[in-house]
Amino acid sequence: MLEIKNLHVSVEDQEILKGLNLTVNAGEVHSIMGPNGSGKSTLALVLAGRESYKVTKGEIIFEGKDLLELSPEDRAREGIFLAFQYPVEIPGVANTYLLREALNSIRKYRGEEPLKHVEFGRLAKEKMKVMGISDNLLKRAVNEGFSGGEKKRNEIFQMQILQPKLAIMDETDSGLDIDALKIVANGVNALRSPERAFIVITHYQRILDYIVPDFVHVLVDGKIVKSGGKELALELEDKGYGWLEEEKIAANN
Amino acid sequence: MSITLSEKDNGYMEGFSRFEKTAPGSNLGWLKSIREHAITKFSELGFPTPRDEDWRFTNVAPIARSSFHIPLNGIDQVSAADLTPFQFEGQQISELVFINGHYSAELSTHCTLPEGVIVLNLAEAINSQEDILKENLAKYADFENEAFTALNTAFMEDGGFIYIPKGTVVEEPIHLLYISTAGDKPSITNPRNLIIVEDNCEANIIEQYVSLDENIYLSNVVTEMVVGENSSVGHYLIELESKKAFNISTLRVQQARSSNMRSYSVLLGGSLVRNNIHPVLAGEGCNSLINGLYMSTHRQHMDNYMKIEHVSPHCDSRQLYNGVLDGRSRGVFHGRIIVHKDAQKTDAKQTNRNLLLSDYAQVDTKPQLEIYADDVKCTHGATIGQIDENALFYLRSRGISKEASRDIILNAFTNETLESMTVDSVKKYCTNLVADWFRQREQTLKS
Repeated sequence: MLEIKNLHVSVEDQEILKGLNLTVNAGEVHSIMGPNGSGKSTLALVLAGRESYKVTKGEIIFEGKDLLELSPEDRAREGIFLAFQYPVEIPGVANTYLLREALNSIRKYRGEEPLKHVEFGRLAKEKMKVMGISDNLLKRAVNEGFSGGEKKRNEIFQMQILQPKLAIMDETDSGLDIDALKIVANGVNALRSPERAFIVITHYQRILDYIVPDFVHVLVDGKIVKSGGKELALELEDKGYGWLEEEKIAANN
Repeated sequence: MSITLSEKDNGYMEGFSRFEKTAPGSNLGWLKSIREHAITKFSELGFPTPRDEDWRFTNVAPIARSSFHIPLNGIDQVSAADLTPFQFEGQQISELVFINGHYSAELSTHCTLPEGVIVLNLAEAINSQEDILKENLAKYADFENEAFTALNTAFMEDGGFIYIPKGTVVEEPIHLLYISTAGDKPSITNPRNLIIVEDNCEANIIEQYVSLDENIYLSNVVTEMVVGENSSVGHYLIELESKKAFNISTLRVQQARSSNMRSYSVLLGGSLVRNNIHPVLAGEGCNSLINGLYMSTHRQHMDNYMKIEHVSPHCDSRQLYNGVLDGRSRGVFHGRIIVHKDAQKTDAKQTNRNLLLSDYAQVDTKPQLEIYADDVKCTHGATIGQIDENALFYLRSRGISKEASRDIILNAFTNETLESMTVDSVKKYCTNLVADWFRQREQTLKS
């Protein structure tokens, strides 16, 4: 589904990703862990198409297409969804309005009819239940005045409505209490299917108790330095990232 | 023969002495003395200059330099069909129409209103409602210190007169529509509106200033609005003057105890526009909502001057002014809040947000808090910026096109000031005006 080859990315002339390789197949859950500043969020934003992140080398192929050629909106329409680490507040735009516009833009791209108000209402209701989203939250301006937990739940709620092929979660678990974390994980698990893949970017192992990954990758200084199964996450929890950073330095010497 | 006013050769004084002989109510001593007092004040004050702190960002030299004539009736040039674009959808409402400052009986509409409500043009009210006028006219708007108010007061001859007696709810809004057909010589009109709302009433009043051609003229408007105890009044100002016109408009509101006033200004037209909003929260427990939206392009200049006076305790005021500026236009927001010494527990909030769509547009925003009481809450905030790139990316990442995302953000920004409008037909009208503005901009960008 997704193939990232030798990806180099710079932000304001500083190289953040330095030759990253990653292959994700349909049905898989990949977790990317790593210390602060290792390039986790950069990877997420590059996949979503943030223009201020410059790809200087390498390629990203998504479902056989050159992803780097596509605008952010076309990536979303092709089935990529990013749950933001810091969801943006948009005053004056109702949450429900954003969702209907988004869903209908994606449907139009696929040659489908826009969803009628009633149908959209029914869909939203169903997903709201899963994510514990209140009517009030749906009517309010996007993320404005939402608590941290509400913002994160709202991201996964959007994911449920838009039903992407590849969902990227950028530290969705950070700052959540255990109850909110369970709701978020439930929402994600409900979407797991053989056609869909997930990239779960996280700083902590905790969320992986609830969203069990098939693969865990460790990102250090812009490169994946170690990959393994879910047990790698536990090892990291135990030993921290220090030993990998040291290994990398040793390898470079 | 028409009267010409200019700063040259004492033209304003000369013009006045001719004007006052034939002006409506020239036979009434009290009115004559107000007018004479006002022209004296005007000649003492002269037009303001940027050296004057209240006019620092707005130079009215183009007005001072001009020679204006006072137009005669121009009613024959306007038909009912010309009014349609400026009317609101839905049922017919009471509407006073003024052409070049003069009331037109043929074009106006009088609907059945609750008992005791009076909707008249001022020239007529001077004859038939002298007592109410004598008690209120020129009692609130400050012609002693404000040159344009003095000028208006000296030359006032027509405008809207609305009187709503105690305990009356007027369901439908009342519309004062001023149309300019100015002709090729620069002209001046001095519309003067007096709105008296007694205790326990509800009403909504719309003032709209429009033009049927692109000529040069000055609309120098003064509106005095008295809001009685426990009354709730909405005031809407829609300014769509010609691209070459000047509009100086002053709204002076006097609020009694527990009254509720909502003022909305939507400024889209004119080359040089000054919008003065001056509510005085005179009784305890008043509420004022003062919202505005100004959208300018080319070389338009739009100045909003707020003076919110808290006189009594426990009053709340909320100001929200948003500006969208394109081209080489310039916006000004000067937000004064004055909390007098007895106005304890005042809660005043002021917000001014500006969105610059061009590198050449410019905004000056200036809060000015003068607080003489010690137990008050006053906050102010101002922002000037471009469209938020983070918000744009967020919307696009959800599959919405770049253009649509931009529109969503812009509409949300303009809508913020309009959404609390309670008269749906007017809200819709204003929303459409904003949409047209953006559409025109798109077309200009494409061509």
